[in-house]
Amino acid sequence: MLRLDSVIKSFGAKRAVDGISLVVPSGQLVGVIGQSGSGKSTLLRMINRLSDPTSGSIHYGDVDVTALKGRDLRAWRARCAMIFQQFNLSGRLDVLTNVMMGRAFHAPLSRSLFKLWNDEEKALGLSALEGLDIGRLAAQRADTLSGGQQQRVAIARALVQEPEIILADEPIASLDPRNTQVVMDALQHINRHMGITVICNLHSLDLARKYCDRLVGLAGGRLVFDGVPAELTDRVARDLYGLESGEVLSPETQPGLLPVGAETGLALANH
Amino acid sequence: MAVVLAAAALSCVAAEVSPSLFFAKIGNFTGYIGRLFHLDSGALVVTDPVEWYWGLARWARLLGETIVMAYVGTALGAIGAFFLAFLAAANVTPARWLSFTVRRFCEFCRTVPGLVFALMFVIAFGLGPMAGVLAIAIHSLGALGKLFAEVVENIDMKPVEGVQATGAPWHVSMRFGALPQVMSNFVSYVLLRFEVNVRESAVLGFVGAGGIGMDLFEAIRKFYYSDVSAILVMIVVTVAVIDIFTGKIRHRLIGLVEGR
Repeated sequence: MLRLDSVIKSFGAKRAVDGISLVVPSGQLVGVIGQSGSGKSTLLRMINRLSDPTSGSIHYGDVDVTALKGRDLRAWRARCAMIFQQFNLSGRLDVLTNVMMGRAFHAPLSRSLFKLWNDEEKALGLSALEGLDIGRLAAQRADTLSGGQQQRVAIARALVQEPEIILADEPIASLDPRNTQVVMDALQHINRHMGITVICNLHSLDLARKYCDRLVGLAGGRLVFDGVPAELTDRVARDLYGLESGEVLSPETQPGLLPVGAETGLALANH
Repeated sequence: MAVVLAAAALSCVAAEVSPSLFFAKIGNFTGYIGRLFHLDSGALVVTDPVEWYWGLARWARLLGETIVMAYVGTALGAIGAFFLAFLAAANVTPARWLSFTVRRFCEFCRTVPGLVFALMFVIAFGLGPMAGVLAIAIHSLGALGKLFAEVVENIDMKPVEGVQATGAPWHVSMRFGALPQVMSNFVSYVLLRFEVNVRESAVLGFVGAGGIGMDLFEAIRKFYYSDVSAILVMIVVTVAVIDIFTGKIRHRLIGLVEGR
C-alpha cells in the first residue's frame, strides 16, 4: 500500500504539487488526470524519488520513501518502476541492453558495467520482450524503432525489474492511436495478471475511463477528484480541465481508440 | 574603425612593440631564414641532401620518440579526463562540491604552461622523455577534462533518467545512459589533442624533456643553420601527415554520428 501524506513540491514560489494526500492499495490501476501543468508528472516523479518532495511524506508499507538514501533508495526504485512519455531509452544501444538496465540494481556492478548478463537475466529480458510481441527486435538499435515499439521496450525494462509498482508518466502522449491501445492494453494486462500496482498519468479522459479502476483528478497541484470512473461526470471533468475540456471530452467519438475487438497484435494481451 | 586603430597604436606603445624597429630589423630575420637554407659550404641545402640530412638516423629516432611521447601523454591524459568529466559535468555530477573541485583541478592542469611542468619533472625525474610524457599528460588531462565535461553537459538527460529510475547505480547510468551519447565526440577530441601534443612535445625538448626538441634547441643555440632547417622540415612534414591522418578519422567519426 502506497500512502502519500500532504506532499508538497515547490519550484521557487510556485507549488507544483500542493498538499496531496492519497492512499493507493496494492493491485489498483489508478489513472491520474488533469490539465497539463496540474502536477501529475511531478507527483509521479516524487514517488520514484527522481525528484524530492519539499515537504510531506510518502510511505510504502513500512518504508518511508522520502527518507531513503543510497542503496536503499535504489532498492526502492527497483521496486517502483517508471515509464516515461519520451520512453527514455538509450537510442544508440540495442533493445536487449536497454531492457537489461532493469536488472542493473540486482546484478553486481562488475557484471552490469561490462554487459555480462547471465543466461537467466537474458532469458528474463527476452521473455519480457516476447510477451510484448517485440522479441524479434532484441538486437536492433533502440532508435531505429517506432514510438510504440520503443514504449514497449521501456515497459519490458520496467518488467524485468520485477517491480511491485509501475508508474507511467503520460505513456501514450507521444503515440498514435493504434500504439496507444497496444500500450494501454499492456499496462492493463500487467496490472490484472501480474498483480502489479499501476499508477498512470493520462491526459485523455476517455482512456482513463476505459482502463482505470480509479481516477484521481489534479488541478493546480491539488487533489480535486478521487473516485471510480463512473463518478467522473462531465461537469466534474469540466471543472478539472477548465479551458482544455473541449479537447479531452468528446462524447460521441472516442479519438485515439480502435474499434472494440480490433486485432492489436499484442501477444501478452491475448493470454 | 578609427577607435580600433587608435587602440592598436596605443597598445603598441604600451607593449613597446615598435613598427619602426620591426622594419629596421626585419632584414635580420629574413637573413636568418636565408642562412638556414644554406650549408656551411655556402651551397643551397637542396643541392646536397645527403650533407643536409647527415643526422637523419638520429633525428628520425628522436622524432619517433617525440611522437611516442605525445601518444602516451595523450592516452594517459585522456584516460584521466574520461573519468573526471562525469564528475565535473554539472548535469550528472554526484555532488556539487565534487564538480567544483574537479573543474578547478582541470583549470590548474591546463593553465600552467606545459613547459613549466616539463621543467619541474626534469628536475624531479631527470632529463628524458619521462618528464615530457608527464607534462603532456597533465596538460591534456586539464584540456580534455574541460572539453569532455562540456560534451557531457550537452547530452539528452532522458536516457540517463531512464536508467536511473530502475535503481541502477550512478556508474551504470553513466555507462549506459550518457556514454553512448558522448563516445564519438570524446574520440574526436582525443585525436585533435594528439595533433596538438605532437607539436607541443617537439618544443618540450627545449628544456630537456626528451624528443627532437633537444637537438633542435641545440642546433639553434650553436648556429648549426642547416641542421635547424633539416629538423624543422622533418617536424613540419610529420605534423602535417599526422594532421591529415587524424583529420580523416575525425571526419569519418562525425560522418558516422550524423549519417546514422
